[in-house]
Amino acid sequence: MLLFGKVQVGDALPTLEVPVTARTVVMGASSSRDWQPQHHDYAWATTRAGTKDIFLNTPNQAGWFRMRRPVYPGETLVFNGTVRETAVDESSCAWVDVDIELTVGEDVATEASARLAIPQDDKDNPWRRSGDDWRP
Amino acid sequence: MSSALEEEIGARTAALVPKWTGASLDAGPGDVECERGYILHWAEATENANLLYWDEGVAQDVTGGWIAPPSMLSVWMRPLMFNPNAREQVRPLEMHFRLKDAFDLPEGIVTGNEIVFGVPVRPGDMIATKQTVTEIGDVRTNRLGTGRPWTIDVTYTNQRDEVVAVESYRMFCYVRNAS
Repeated sequence: MLLFGKVQVGDALPTLEVPVTARTVVMGASSSRDWQPQHHDYAWATTRAGTKDIFLNTPNQAGWFRMRRPVYPGETLVFNGTVRETAVDESSCAWVDVDIELTVGEDVATEASARLAIPQDDKDNPWRRSGDDWRP
Repeated sequence: MSSALEEEIGARTAALVPKWTGASLDAGPGDVECERGYILHWAEATENANLLYWDEGVAQDVTGGWIAPPSMLSVWMRPLMFNPNAREQVRPLEMHFRLKDAFDLPEGIVTGNEIVFGVPVRPGDMIATKQTVTEIGDVRTNRLGTGRPWTIDVTYTNQRDEVVAVESYRMFCYVRNAS
């Protein structure tokens, strides 16, 4: 288990590469129940939306990220992340702020920052927090 | 310098901006409840190997039982594409589509998204949404077309009125550039 004391500003997350296929796009749309046509209908995407192919929908391009460009079948998504800040709040909840980048080749497809609550020790469980003890 | 299209859209939508800013829609509960089948399909699609979604013992130990991945949030508000009991066809993120209709901006994309999470969603939960227009921006042109950006906040609550999350969608809705 990764504990707060093991995390330092500047730490890098392991790189993750995900090849994107038409199935990735369509299954992602299906699993999020998103039937907007640009995520499954090639003709609609290219002629109506003006994009070069169908592309990943928002929740599957990691919903809370800032999207810079669509991700199409045939491309490879590369995930990287760096710890920007660590902190403990008044309720003793330990937080790690991580900057995340999804790139496709030389292009940044998505930028994000995620605030994660992680345990301070093996008895601490952020999932058990609620009410005043949960202040994201 | 503004284009003729920017000026035309700006003129015909200017009065709509104050009218719609702050508008709110209580969309009520979604058509589907959270259940394991949806969770597994999501984990399959996103190749998510987190044991919280695959091992009941781990889920029980860490989160007090099965939960849905937080990123599945919008799944629970999307209406069924066919529902013989529906009184009217409701669209996902209905407020966004009402804005598109009112502003007559036929195309739209999500440009950004931010979520603050509260209590987890668990199998059996029914999630209700309230959608509020928080900001409508000035007319602008980019490589897609000419239109306006807007922001809609969605507050998600479960059947116990606990806040599951507040999600902020940033959209750009537009008329396509002439090719």
